[in-house]
Amino acid sequence: MAIKEISVKDLAEKVLQKEELFLLDVRTEDAFQDWKIESENFTYLNIPYFDLLDGVEEIEDQLPKDKDIVVACAKGGSSQMVTEMLDEAGFTNVYSLEGGMKAWSEHLMPVKVSDLTDGGELYQFVRIGKGCLSYMVVSNGEAAIIDSTRKTDVYVNFAEQMGVNIKHVFDTHLHADHISGGRTIAQQTGAAYWLPPKDAEEVTFDYQPLEDGEKVTIGNTTIDIHALYSPGHTIGSTSFVVDDQYLMTGDILFIDSIGRPDLAGKADDWVMDLRETLYERYKDLSDELIVLPAHFMIMDELNEDGTVAEKLGVLFEKNHGLNIEDKDEFRKMVTENLPPQPNAYQEIRETNMGKIDPEEEEQREMEIGPNRCAVR
Amino acid sequence: MNVTKVLDAKGLACPMPIVKTKKAMKEVETGETLEIHATDQGAKSDLTAWAKSSGHELLQHDEEDGVFKFWIQKG
Repeated sequence: MAIKEISVKDLAEKVLQKEELFLLDVRTEDAFQDWKIESENFTYLNIPYFDLLDGVEEIEDQLPKDKDIVVACAKGGSSQMVTEMLDEAGFTNVYSLEGGMKAWSEHLMPVKVSDLTDGGELYQFVRIGKGCLSYMVVSNGEAAIIDSTRKTDVYVNFAEQMGVNIKHVFDTHLHADHISGGRTIAQQTGAAYWLPPKDAEEVTFDYQPLEDGEKVTIGNTTIDIHALYSPGHTIGSTSFVVDDQYLMTGDILFIDSIGRPDLAGKADDWVMDLRETLYERYKDLSDELIVLPAHFMIMDELNEDGTVAEKLGVLFEKNHGLNIEDKDEFRKMVTENLPPQPNAYQEIRETNMGKIDPEEEEQREMEIGPNRCAVR
Repeated sequence: MNVTKVLDAKGLACPMPIVKTKKAMKEVETGETLEIHATDQGAKSDLTAWAKSSGHELLQHDEEDGVFKFWIQKG
């Protein structure tokens, strides 16, 4: 009998709608503890698939009959096997997650943030499984992309559907948690690829240097992307002010946390840059700016409409990382007791510099796991 | 190392490398060693965890030209 499957897209919708669901994760205990599909209304059971090879009798009592069950594994093969076994055991409410955690990690959802001046539009691309956020600014037939992920076809197809040409591709910094799609999109579309020069000293390709104060206009209307040098997560980290309304903070400031300064190995050197960016450079900006970060860590950071965005003024009130008076205490917080570094972060940095060029399958493996770019 | 049996699980995706390993393990005696070849990236963590949970010992593992090799002693 054919088993039922659920796509990552449909599962993402259930997360956003806060639907109740029973998630049977059949990966190893370590993999589950490290990273899973998060939702406040999910109930979890983690039993590795290899403990179920002789049958599912032992877990039948722990599974609900009145609630949908989604079985998830690393790539979608083992969950099919377990789903089939449960189906044969009489469970009619079981779905195997198509493509497993790999597909979950790659899924991208475009969400409209708002209209901009003179008919422009701003979209946030939410990579829900890994917590990465990227952006597309559209105006009068032209588009700019900020911090794109490796799934470049999603942005290119979206721009095509909108009938706009991608003219500019930006990375706020050299990423350590995911492989940037910026260079690929630029090559494919003829767009300019901008990188902060201080993060790009070792890159092996040509790029457009993104300097403080640089202004780029999208379309022939007046949506300016204004670059603001804001080091701390990396020494080149650059923020953008878009249409005088939005502040794209990259990996410097998140909704409920701040950036970590250690992923390029220079935590001690960059702590005070991070502090200056957060406590002085950002403080000088309007409280009314809406912060659009490059990551979220927990589902609570998502708004009702699926976007991740909050006023700068609200973050200055509520974000713990922006409210540490004492400099030494701040230094301690961002250099000691840091969370583990993102999976394969050195290889990811080298890939983003163009030093290595791993196969697609290897790239997927490198990106497994949460982004871990923040300190809370 | 004294290998009793070699299992070729190359080209197989999860869950097959473990399904085959489990079956092959039934054909060797306690204390004997099974050598497994696999290409699936997930095989390492899965075989390690499986061996532990089923009382076998992963003696050694290796990677060569994209092929993962494991030596598991039956417990």
